[in-house]
Amino acid sequence: MREITYRQALNEALAEELERDPNVFLMGEEVAEYHGAYKVSQGLLERFGPRRIIDTPISENGFAGLGIGAAMVGLRPIIEFMTFSFSLVAFDQIVNNAPNMFMMSGGQFNIPITFRGANGPAHQLAATHSHATENFYASVPGLRVCTPATPRDAKGLLKTAVRDDNPVLVLEAELLYSSKGMVEPPDEELLIPLGKAEVKREGEDVSIVCYAQTVPLALKVADQLEEEDISAEIVDLRSIKPLDEKAIFDSVAKTHCVVIVEQDHPFCGVGAEVCYRIQKNIFDELDAPIIRVSQEDVPMPYNERLEHAVLPNAEKLIAAVKKVCYA
Amino acid sequence: MTAMQPREQRDEVEMLSLMLLIRRFEERASQQYQAQKIGGFCHLYIGQEAVVAGAVAAVRHDDYIITAYRDHAHALARGTSANACMAELFGKETGCSRGLGGSMHFFDRNNHMYGGHAIVGAHVPLAVGMAFATKYRDEDRVTLCFFGDGAINQGAFHEALNLAALYKLPIVFICENNLFAMGTSVKRSTSLKQIVDRAEGYDIPGEIVDGMNFREVRDKVAEVVDSIRKEAHPAFLEVRTYRYRGHSMSDPASYRTKQELEKYRLDDPIIRLRAQLTREGKLTNEQFDQLDKGAKETVLAAVKFAEQSPQLPVEKVYDYVYLNGAAEAGVNATPERREGGPPVKSKEPAVDTASTTE
Repeated sequence: MREITYRQALNEALAEELERDPNVFLMGEEVAEYHGAYKVSQGLLERFGPRRIIDTPISENGFAGLGIGAAMVGLRPIIEFMTFSFSLVAFDQIVNNAPNMFMMSGGQFNIPITFRGANGPAHQLAATHSHATENFYASVPGLRVCTPATPRDAKGLLKTAVRDDNPVLVLEAELLYSSKGMVEPPDEELLIPLGKAEVKREGEDVSIVCYAQTVPLALKVADQLEEEDISAEIVDLRSIKPLDEKAIFDSVAKTHCVVIVEQDHPFCGVGAEVCYRIQKNIFDELDAPIIRVSQEDVPMPYNERLEHAVLPNAEKLIAAVKKVCYA
Repeated sequence: MTAMQPREQRDEVEMLSLMLLIRRFEERASQQYQAQKIGGFCHLYIGQEAVVAGAVAAVRHDDYIITAYRDHAHALARGTSANACMAELFGKETGCSRGLGGSMHFFDRNNHMYGGHAIVGAHVPLAVGMAFATKYRDEDRVTLCFFGDGAINQGAFHEALNLAALYKLPIVFICENNLFAMGTSVKRSTSLKQIVDRAEGYDIPGEIVDGMNFREVRDKVAEVVDSIRKEAHPAFLEVRTYRYRGHSMSDPASYRTKQELEKYRLDDPIIRLRAQLTREGKLTNEQFDQLDKGAKETVLAAVKFAEQSPQLPVEKVYDYVYLNGAAEAGVNATPERREGGPPVKSKEPAVDTASTTE
């Protein structure tokens, strides 16, 4: 194991998959000559050439569709959205073409495509650039959605996504590109299956279910709670769809108290689905009603103080934990 | 590039026969729709037969074809059987999309027919992606992308044309201009005097083609396809045609006059090709009648086949969400089921044909 950044981990995943399979190519805005808006594709143009690392015009709907068409005839495109806020202009391709083709062709055409890029609120980017899109896309049958929070998960999930025979969205955490973590050495194949959560920290008193940018938040809060003798178990979903029910239920059966902290909006958010499944399947395990901490139900304000108030934050999470623990 | 293969010279009588099959198929589909054997939306191709017949006559079977929702004819032209097409309309498992796509979503992988797409303009980027794959693999295939005049004001169309021109992709954009996007005439929808000028905006060579004349369509498509096979580039053809029926089965087409329709009926593409062949001594009246009789019989047999075909079992519906979805052990990779939904049987993947290189 060695310590690398989330950005480097993604870069390694891309390079390894490009190396492994000649049908894989990377396409998106600024991915080639600029090396990626977040420098995720640093060095790939030099290594793999312009045939496989392809700059596009600002034309998300066009190149998302191009990728799907190429996937219909056997290629395995990796389509980068500079951020998933911009994927919304390609919503028709991602929602109407990629996941529907398999059904409406009677199983003749699956779409082995990876859509990846930065997702979720970052610092003061205001309403149009702060979308957390996981609940939009996870609601669509035929799509798979993962949300890595660590360099190791980023590498392992992206590699798995590229090899999946279906459309997979890898929602990278915009604020975590420079974060560091331990990852297996490059000569060791790292594949993390979709639909497998991971307990990032074990605990006894409360399960905090989180993903993406809320994972470091939950870990930080767990440290603070420990000082108050509350032991929090941190369950990182890693994939939103498929959802690892078992890992969630196992943790809840142990702690009997649940807080879900999600980076999307509260109405029809990811936490609502998790919450439904817990109460439906293991209602008797619960000692308290589940609380969800999410963004407030407002478009993101630019003002820093207001932004902090709108986002899920440590104060809200601690208050929620104390409430479910009757502390 | 691989060695150039000679263009297939399809026999004109055979192509006339195809046009008759398309017409008789659509007439019968109309009747079966009215008899409520066919659900959903149903858009007929009657009047436009020379467009797809001419285009298909000019390309190889392994060239890619993709179109919008008025797609029955494109599948038939590619060699999908009338049985599989009619069964699809009937929603049967024997349909070309197993009854899961319906009228607007005909697919036939083996015949290189890539749909059947019902969001106006949204398949044009897909076509560009198919052409991209061709160039990526250094093949000399050409993609024919059909769409209607209604598609040319969609963003997806514009983005796709720009990408095709930018990457110099081997694709022919074939605009089947039948003068109406549903009930809105081109004059009321499009700022240009002629649609072909859209291509100029992307530095793509464009031409206007008489879509009621089989030979003209075939020769123009052949010409641009030859050029593309020599050196990959996009091309644009505005093929002027006319649909005799409404936009869909529910449209009486009251936005146009009887006189206009009659004008085009007199210029019927089937009558025209028949006259050309007869004049040249290549077809007798008896032979034509035989062809027509054959088409009618084929279509009637297709109706019978469709009626007698089974429907996909309800519990199979989950097999068409993810390829190899059930193969992932240990997680609920299958879709979330709510109470009262169909049961999910753990079983083999729905198909094993996918994700291979052609």
